[in-house]
Amino acid sequence: MPNLEKNHDSAPTRYPLTPKGFKWYIGSVLLAVLGLYVLSAYQTQAFPDRVIEGLPIMFYFVVEDLWPPNWGYLPRVAMSLLETWNMALFSTTLAAVAALPLSFLAASNINKNPLFYQAIRNAFNLLRTIPEIILAVVFVALVSIGAVSGILALTVFSLGILAKLISETIEAIDPGPLEAVRASGGNVFQVITYGVMPQILPQFASYTLYVLEINVKASVVLGFVGAGGIGIILRQQLNMFNYDNVATIIFMTFLTITIIDLVSNRVRERLE
Amino acid sequence: MVTRVIEFKNVSLVYPNGHQGLKNINLKINDGEFVVVVGMSGAGKSTLIRSINRMVTPTEGELLIDNENILSYKEKHLRKLRTEVGMIFQNYNLVKRMSVLRNVMAGRLGHTGTLRSMLGLFPQEDLQMAMGNLNRVGIQEKAYVRADQLSGGQQQRVSIARVLTQQPKVILADEPVASLDPPTSHKVMKDLRRVSKEDNLTTLVNLHFIDMAQEYADRIIGLRDGEVVFDGPIDQVSEKTFEEIYGRPIKEDDLLGGDES
Amino acid sequence: MNSNEKISLRKGMTKKGKYTSYLILLILSILYITAFATTPFSVSGSAASPLDTLRRIFIVPITTMDYIVQFPEYIGYMLETIAIAYAGVAVATILAVPVAFLAARNTAKRFSYVGKSILNAIRAIPELIFAIIFVAAVGIGPYAGVLAISINSIGMLGKLYAEVIESIDSSNVDAIKASGGNRIQAMWYGVLPQVLPEFSSYSIYRFEIDVRASTVLGIVGAGGIGAPLILATYQRAWEDVGMILIVVVVFVSIIDFFSGKIRKKLV
Repeated sequence: MPNLEKNHDSAPTRYPLTPKGFKWYIGSVLLAVLGLYVLSAYQTQAFPDRVIEGLPIMFYFVVEDLWPPNWGYLPRVAMSLLETWNMALFSTTLAAVAALPLSFLAASNINKNPLFYQAIRNAFNLLRTIPEIILAVVFVALVSIGAVSGILALTVFSLGILAKLISETIEAIDPGPLEAVRASGGNVFQVITYGVMPQILPQFASYTLYVLEINVKASVVLGFVGAGGIGIILRQQLNMFNYDNVATIIFMTFLTITIIDLVSNRVRERLE
Repeated sequence: MVTRVIEFKNVSLVYPNGHQGLKNINLKINDGEFVVVVGMSGAGKSTLIRSINRMVTPTEGELLIDNENILSYKEKHLRKLRTEVGMIFQNYNLVKRMSVLRNVMAGRLGHTGTLRSMLGLFPQEDLQMAMGNLNRVGIQEKAYVRADQLSGGQQQRVSIARVLTQQPKVILADEPVASLDPPTSHKVMKDLRRVSKEDNLTTLVNLHFIDMAQEYADRIIGLRDGEVVFDGPIDQVSEKTFEEIYGRPIKEDDLLGGDES
Repeated sequence: MNSNEKISLRKGMTKKGKYTSYLILLILSILYITAFATTPFSVSGSAASPLDTLRRIFIVPITTMDYIVQFPEYIGYMLETIAIAYAGVAVATILAVPVAFLAARNTAKRFSYVGKSILNAIRAIPELIFAIIFVAAVGIGPYAGVLAISINSIGMLGKLYAEVIESIDSSNVDAIKASGGNRIQAMWYGVLPQVLPEFSSYSIYRFEIDVRASTVLGIVGAGGIGAPLILATYQRAWEDVGMILIVVVVFVSIIDFFSGKIRKKLV
């Protein structure tokens, strides 16, 4: 701290706007962020000028090469999209059913055993690090190609997300009703049914819809490794360079996802 | 010698929604006076004070500072005016994530070039002044602390230091202690009055607690429904005066109470 | 009479509520019946026992020296994946700011729907589709991946940034204007310190997501660890899949851990 009394008789202390240590700190953080960017850009051959050039290329590609789509291919696309939707619906349902009990184990105000609680939490954190594509490959390896492997992959994938969101909701609920049920002699299951469930039901429904949206988007990828859905024909048509068919697939996928997002957002708004 | 005389001549203000904020105000506020404006909420206290730095603009009349009508000011003159008239807000209006010193230096922005201020290149003497002002309100040791780490009273002191660093001729304080507890309110008001007297700054403060007004003011202006219903030096003020201003008997709620030490 | 009216009002409410729940039930049953009727649940091919497959994925790669020595190769692919995510999110962070101002209600006013619609449209396109389009447009390689990740991230970052902008506390701006600061100064000292930590926090969060998303890109030739993954899948080389899984889980966990710490410090 600067000494004030000294100020009066000798030269005044210089005051920096930011303390020196903090300046060095900010400087080194900025340097690290920038340094990592240069490394990444070098590795990926994507320096800013190329990115600026690249983004409009997509626009021209879409306008000139993708448009117009081959509408004759529409029925085949519709069938695949239905399969994609079904996979998302089944996996979300399974995940929601499985996530509910597991979320209680991952909530510190219900699961009072700290070791067990931490173990469950860490397991979910680990689960969430696995991208859906790798889960799909693993399930294709286990049950072979087809929609079933896709459904299982998406179930496990969304289970991690859903359990995290719901357990956080459970941890944030009003403890009053819980105590009331406990005080009147209720056991853990009664606490959950009468104290917790009424409080989390709207969020539970909302998060389930949110995961449904995620699953629809994620299921596009699965077909590339044989786990069913729109990805199968997308890979097929890409390999044959049938860009007008690819365009139909992309356009219809975009349309489907937009509609699902729109409906789901509306419902979620009403739930909150 | 600069004078800091503020004159209202037949000033009225009608808001776009038709509400009349001020009705035909005639006032002369003298150099270095510490004036407290009292009145019930909605009486026009805020409107009166905010007219002086043109945060609101009266629709009629003349408002003179040093014999210049500020109501005709446009962008450039307006900014000049605002550098000369400092303002203290009820909710301090600090950037919570910035350090105290940076918040104080924000008061210097009107005197600093845009580019220089963006790069944080303030003249060293400005920083010296900011530190000096923090010292005057007793929180120099908090200079490099984030503003949101401070208590309410300390945050309001930061905003006093910010206003002083602006080197104004006039200070306007809009309910400066309304968010503070009674003992802290007294401390902040004491600091405000002290620095205002030390620098001979014309000061206008809005307060709704009448005991506070009586304790710190040189002069009291009472407003009701946008009109001046009382204007006089503090020794002419009695409980009766307040009953006239409020148009009703004084209640417990109108007094802040609390420790004055 | 009076009590009758009350009861009928209540009855009307329950009726409406009943209809709504019947409707929801009906829609759900149709959805599930269609889904059951049209999904092929048959499992084809693959005579290998699941236990053996699991052993090949999870046990063999970490117990057999032949496989352990291959880890550096996959770590290299993973680093490329992370580089794609980093370069992509860096570009998106900068480009999302103007879009966010265009989408925020308090800055774009009546035109905020323009920005919001652009962002909604971007978010409705999976990153894989962007990757396909960019690979077709600029050729195979991580460069296409960076473009795909950056445009995809703009969709989410723009939305989150816009929400931050909408929640700006304008009282600081008032204070700076009241002390004679100009508009640029009011932005720099009043708005920027409020939004910068949250913008950075969201960008770091998006980086976490993008690392996962970038693992997919390789399957359409847009660089990263997805390329060896799809190769291993076609060759049914489950040991390699296991190694890739381990590398991804380890690196994503490390990144999540540190970015979580940084984000906690920021806000």
